[in-house]
Amino acid sequence: MNGNGHILSVRDLKTYFETEDGTVKAVDGISFELERGETLGIVGESGSGKSVTNLSIIRLIPEPPGKIVGGEIIFDGRDIRSLTIEQLRKIRGKRIAMIFQDPMTSLNPFMRISRQLMEITILHLGYTKAQAYEHAVKMLEMVGIPDARARVDSYPHEFSGGMRQRVMIAMALSCEPELLIADEPTTALDVTIQAQILELIKNLKQKTGTSVILITHDLGVVAGMTDHIIVMYAGKVFEKAPTRELFKVPGNPYTKGLLRSVPDPAHEHGKALYQIPGLPPDVAHLPAGCPFAPRCERAEEICRQEFPPFVQLNQEHFSLCHFAEEVYANSRREVEQKQAARQQQDENQR
Amino acid sequence: MSQQESFTPHAASMPPPIEPEKGSELIAIRDLKVHFDLGGGGLLDKLISGKSVRRVVKAVDGVTIDIYPGETLGLVGESGCGKSTLGRALLRLTEPTGGQVLFRGQNLARLSQKEMREHRKHLQMIFQDPYASLNPRMTVGQIISEPIETFRLARGRETDERVQELMETVGLNRRFIKRYPHEFSGGQRQRIGIARALAVDPDFIVADEPISALDVSIQAQIMNLMEKLQREKNLTYLFISHDLRAIRHVSDRVAVMYLGKLVEIADARVIYDEPLMPYTKALISAVPVPDPEIEATRQRIVLEGDVPSPINPPQGCRFHTRCPYAIEACKEVVPPLAEIKPNHFAACIRISPEQPDIEKVAPGDAPGLRDPQRVIAT
Repeated sequence: MNGNGHILSVRDLKTYFETEDGTVKAVDGISFELERGETLGIVGESGSGKSVTNLSIIRLIPEPPGKIVGGEIIFDGRDIRSLTIEQLRKIRGKRIAMIFQDPMTSLNPFMRISRQLMEITILHLGYTKAQAYEHAVKMLEMVGIPDARARVDSYPHEFSGGMRQRVMIAMALSCEPELLIADEPTTALDVTIQAQILELIKNLKQKTGTSVILITHDLGVVAGMTDHIIVMYAGKVFEKAPTRELFKVPGNPYTKGLLRSVPDPAHEHGKALYQIPGLPPDVAHLPAGCPFAPRCERAEEICRQEFPPFVQLNQEHFSLCHFAEEVYANSRREVEQKQAARQQQDENQR
Repeated sequence: MSQQESFTPHAASMPPPIEPEKGSELIAIRDLKVHFDLGGGGLLDKLISGKSVRRVVKAVDGVTIDIYPGETLGLVGESGCGKSTLGRALLRLTEPTGGQVLFRGQNLARLSQKEMREHRKHLQMIFQDPYASLNPRMTVGQIISEPIETFRLARGRETDERVQELMETVGLNRRFIKRYPHEFSGGQRQRIGIARALAVDPDFIVADEPISALDVSIQAQIMNLMEKLQREKNLTYLFISHDLRAIRHVSDRVAVMYLGKLVEIADARVIYDEPLMPYTKALISAVPVPDPEIEATRQRIVLEGDVPSPINPPQGCRFHTRCPYAIEACKEVVPPLAEIKPNHFAACIRISPEQPDIEKVAPGDAPGLRDPQRVIAT
């Protein structure tokens, strides 16, 4: 694979925050690539650095206290870090668009929906007011707002949470961006509305070919939506793999723990749920060695002493762990055992 | 339905695992209503709409269900369905406007404020937001000892010992007794909230979205802790959540709520594997499964539209505006909960014990209408 297929390539990105507590390495040397038309999931708990990663990509890190201190963010061949603010503004909202978690705080409550939608196309595409208005109606129709023409002049408070998130999506897609970053786009929504919004993002992506970065803490959401996943913990990429591979044969104890701690329908009733002990890391005071070691079942002395290597498990699968190969081999064995058990069952039934 | 003499939705035996006998319920909720009057109906409204209409939110509108000792009843529904209001009304944190809540046979609504306060010893609550529900200016020790002192359950050093014991029970280091809430993470704060609820040795706890604000790895810890405490202290839970995966995991029985009404009640596993109501089916199918292979193949029922406003809920079956199986009659008849399968109750006129599968019901047929027990006119 050569570099031409990549819309975005992040290399060794480091974003630090200066606090009274010392330097917080919110994102500490992460790398990933995103191909055109691909959806990448970034999964992590609070404090893992997933949102800081996405804010870094469009340089929305509040500075001070934050600062991108190292690495490259290559978007379509150009390093975002080297752009002037003027150049950056031409990209933000036009070529890279974002959807945030809470649509109520990201929409201006004093402005009509129409005006908020029109602003973007007038600014970026040079539309006249009339053109922009028509485009706003068209976008609302596209995201499934019933009676769009009648509702385009409403204020945000007149819309429900799900509808507001649709408006956010309409706004984000107004200029047909090449990259859409969705940061917990459905976390504030009910499940039936979440299903609607995820379906919508999926359909629109098929239609427009936009590349998507989907940031979430919900493993269920990324399972059905993404091609690749990176799992973040304490500002590091702990595991990177194609989605199916990651869920089937995880190569990192943290990923494995996360997957096991989600209650699933096959779980035996009355049996305790698997739990990862301890608390998410305090990024300001990370232990020496592997940041997950204090919570890890597999940890040994070396994990508390030395920072783990980023081990390549196969062509596209990497894991940050001293015992990555062992964990991976175990996952593979478990899959084989499950298959064998299933075959046995089938034969017994026959 | 004829074999069922005198149908009542809460009648007879409800769930395994505890074999309940009639009258053995810890809490009996009867036709509970919580209506919020928003006013209106004044001159201005009259001029605009031509008639005087008071705007009333029927947050809980006629809920009847029993909760048995030692069980976890899961209450699930989307925002605005009234599940939190129901939980609060049970403890009279929100005053019910109608119906009864019987705790060990005693009607809580009749108690004076003072008597009710005494009863709060038995009935406790765990809140969703561990950041907002703890007083930031009190230490953990003060937070947990407050209910002990209020009910004079211990004094002096005894109180301290009890507080430390409670901290240990919920997995907090007893050395943290002098710390303030802001020094703890979300999961630890939820543990403090649980310790405070346990301080008075209650029988019944309403847990309102206790894990929703927590990280995935911490959710499992809190669910396991609550289950452990239930076993050790024989607690009864009403576990309120919008998270169906969690509800299914912790509950013995599950009740599904939609716009102020219960629409389905069944054993946790049954409701997940064989839901009867179109709404429950959609709710379950909307939950994303953390397995890409299942996600790639499964058919998702995506409901159209939003939950209607509880101010003017739809007439008839409140789900008819979003229900793919709704017929004309659904707009007119309010379906009561009926026992469609043994211990499996659903509120839908289109299904019956003879044909519980809504997809196989003859087009336009509504067997519920033929059963006089199940017809309540609007």
